[in-house]
Amino acid sequence: MEFSTFVFYFFAAVLVVAGLRVITARNPVHAALFLVLAFFSAGGIWLLLSAEFLAITLVMVYVGAVMVLFLFVVMMLDIDFARLREGFWKYLPLGAVIGALLAIEMGLVLMKGFGGKEVAAAAATITNVTEPIECSNNICELGRVLYTEYAYPFELAALVLLVAMVAAVSLTLRRRSGKYAEKYISPEAQIAARSEDRMILVKMASEKEEPEEPAAGAQPGKAGQ
Amino acid sequence: MLSLTHYLILGAILFAISVAGIFLNRKNLIVLLMSVELMLLAVNTNFIAFSRYLGNIDGQIFVFFILTVAAAESAIGLAILVALFRNRRTIHVDDLDSLKG
Repeated sequence: MEFSTFVFYFFAAVLVVAGLRVITARNPVHAALFLVLAFFSAGGIWLLLSAEFLAITLVMVYVGAVMVLFLFVVMMLDIDFARLREGFWKYLPLGAVIGALLAIEMGLVLMKGFGGKEVAAAAATITNVTEPIECSNNICELGRVLYTEYAYPFELAALVLLVAMVAAVSLTLRRRSGKYAEKYISPEAQIAARSEDRMILVKMASEKEEPEEPAAGAQPGKAGQ
Repeated sequence: MLSLTHYLILGAILFAISVAGIFLNRKNLIVLLMSVELMLLAVNTNFIAFSRYLGNIDGQIFVFFILTVAAAESAIGLAILVALFRNRRTIHVDDLDSLKG
């Protein structure tokens, strides 16, 4: 058995087990952590396919950003985990049957269509290059196509990210209300504060407190005596 | 020797797992989002396998854009989830019936 075959089967086994645990985990935090494991092993498989840039991007963007976001949300929200799992066993037979059917069907089609074809040698033929520049690595090839042919979609992708950022912020932004309304200080007011405004000295004549007149009649506590 | 079929069948199995996950966790919005991420991972694996097999880099460009869109999608999805939880104090699917669909 070749070494790359062994590596493939190792990562594939880890990936499938982690995927199964993602959908069956009792606690969403565990599901998120197994999804991290799945992304790591998928990154390994992509490395085998000599897509180094995307493998590293997967680990950095997904594990570093998206999964941390998931964990943040799962831990921040106060969720009744037991209630979320109701119906799990009821839907298990249907889900398992449909999943198995889908896997078998796709497997049959793929075996028939692509069976026995070997993976081509990496970067042997690059067909979509207008001016050939010698590239020895994956990032060079990717960048050459990304910044020429796909320059416009690349900028659209940047726009999509910007819109997503604005949308996420505006969805979660809130004005304080209720019992926290008094504690809230607007940032503008904080920035605009000056030290001379903090305390105001007022000149006024001193006052002498008049001794209180003894209350007419008996004190309330002694009324009964 | 590894063939293209190995990678495609791995992608198919992963996709089937995530479809089953959508059936199993239909009450749990968070795991539903995770299943969608897993599906995109399976599709991306297929794209990269085809890209390698055909010796054509375009597949990897597609994966690049799918990653971008998936990151945006999950960020907005989780933001909606947080907004939902703030307004309704629950993310249970059965309680989210204000649209009466």
